[in-house]
Amino acid sequence: MESASIGATYGGRPVIGRPPLARLPDRLVKWGLAALSVGILLLIGFFFVRLYIEARPAFEKFGFFGFTFTNNWDVHAAHFGALPLLVGTLITAGVALVIGVPVAVATALFTTEFCPRRFRGPLAATVDLLAAVPSVVYGLWGFFVLIPKLRPAEQWFSDKFAFLPFVGGHVAGPSYFIAGLVLAIMIIPIVSAITREVISTVPTDQKEAALALGATRWEMIRMAVLPYSRAGITGAAMLGLGRAMGETIAATIVIGNAPVIGKSLFDQGYTLAAVIANEFGEAAADPLHRAALIAAGLVLFVMTLIVNAVARGIIVRGPARERGTASEAFGATG
Amino acid sequence: MTAIAAIATRRRRQDRVARGLLALGTMLALIPLALILYYLIVKGIGAWSWSFFTTDPTGSFFGDPGGIKSAILGTIEIVGLATALAAPVGIGVAIWLVEYGKSNPVATAVRYFIDVMTGVPSIVFGLFIYITLVLSGIGGTFAGWKGAVALALLALPIVTRSAEVVLVLVPDTLREAGLALGAPRWKVITRVVLPAALPGIVTGVLLAVARAAGETAPLIFTATIVKTSSFDLGAPMNSLPAQIFSDVGQAQDRLVTRAWGAALTLVALIFLFTTLARLFARRSAVR
Repeated sequence: MESASIGATYGGRPVIGRPPLARLPDRLVKWGLAALSVGILLLIGFFFVRLYIEARPAFEKFGFFGFTFTNNWDVHAAHFGALPLLVGTLITAGVALVIGVPVAVATALFTTEFCPRRFRGPLAATVDLLAAVPSVVYGLWGFFVLIPKLRPAEQWFSDKFAFLPFVGGHVAGPSYFIAGLVLAIMIIPIVSAITREVISTVPTDQKEAALALGATRWEMIRMAVLPYSRAGITGAAMLGLGRAMGETIAATIVIGNAPVIGKSLFDQGYTLAAVIANEFGEAAADPLHRAALIAAGLVLFVMTLIVNAVARGIIVRGPARERGTASEAFGATG
Repeated sequence: MTAIAAIATRRRRQDRVARGLLALGTMLALIPLALILYYLIVKGIGAWSWSFFTTDPTGSFFGDPGGIKSAILGTIEIVGLATALAAPVGIGVAIWLVEYGKSNPVATAVRYFIDVMTGVPSIVFGLFIYITLVLSGIGGTFAGWKGAVALALLALPIVTRSAEVVLVLVPDTLREAGLALGAPRWKVITRVVLPAALPGIVTGVLLAVARAAGETAPLIFTATIVKTSSFDLGAPMNSLPAQIFSDVGQAQDRLVTRAWGAALTLVALIFLFTTLARLFARRSAVR
């Protein structure tokens, strides 16, 4: 206590500053909260270790690469190679990105740049409502509405464009494409919200400068807004990718649950998350099967970790944010 | 003169095309929302009746499939407990980050891993709780409270991040005024900082509740799917998402009708919480 050395004393005890007992609650709060926060870190570490330990029988039997990259998921033969699931996860997430990101970015640009000011808030809130619909409801809707309604159109496309790679043949009801489409709808709100946020950091003076030089609104977006927010939008897309890969129930309902690699986009497939949700009941009695499912979860966990880490890196370290904070520091209204 | 006019026309046309495409994209985003709400209401309302909300699923293969009482009760109990677990811990971590940790290395690491947690698929949380609490057989096998812990893990990062954002926005002058009057730090936090940030914190908690209420994956192998109503969090417990998932899997018309009714109920509950969250956010003094 520095105050004690300069302050008056009374009965050998500093007048300024608190008696030890009165300082106790302060320390309790400080260290208690610190313990809580560090506890979170430990919990995540514990997570990882426990998942690995439980998954080890599968990795020991097939090897890490053997498990992850073998194209043979056969429960009855007790052989577990997760490649069909991995491929399913990547294809559906890829379809979701290709469909979802352009729509989400268009929505964000329209909301921030073209929409009349008083409709901006309500429009953004409406798009955000897409995030409030639960995964299982998307699955229900996708299975009983989307699949039967889209099937004729899919079959027509599959017949007419059979020369394209991964197109052609009979259209199964549930398929990679349907799952990707449902996932696309599910990632639109998050990608759109982050893109809106990134776009709002574009300094107004740059946008006004473009307009003052005679640019049309679209030219202003192309010359001032997009170059500035490219990194942020890439990061938003990556976060959407992470979401799409980890999405479970909706994918489980509409992917068809066939543990093989489909030949076309309109074939049935499986994803890492879906296999866990679907086969867990039967796996409870079979230790190897259970270990394989947990190993699938671990592979999924690691994949989403990498994607999210890269996404955060891009969003946080992107030039947009750095310049954005710099302009805030100088009191500019960005 | 004509050349300039031609260029101007071309550019103007380009602008109009781009504007149209962006508007089209926005329409494309809104169409699924409208369609989902339309089908939910049309198909869901038909399933609603007094007995739909007051009876448990019967599980009988023929005849009356029963209602969703146990699912509604289970969702309320599980989500309630999850909130009671996640809110204090999440807010506590946020307070530590803002008031004590600031930008020291540990706080930076905590912030990073909280961010990481938001990206972890919900089914991985379910697996983790299955391994640590169900397999190990603590207090029986499947139980409502284990589902609640899984949902709490999911809600925790949402609570922490939203609380951190509003706590940072509380002006430092308020803290300094409290400290200058001789109040100890913990009193400044509980009497000055928290009240100022309360509406924003409540918004975050409500959004986390809305998110947790719709999760299926972590529940199906922690609380599982059962038929009967239960007030015992130590026993297996039904929930709305799990009930919908199980009914969809049966592919029987009567069960699918019940699934639509349950889905409408769930979405109505979630929209209620989202709307409450927005109202609190609007009342918030600190933005």
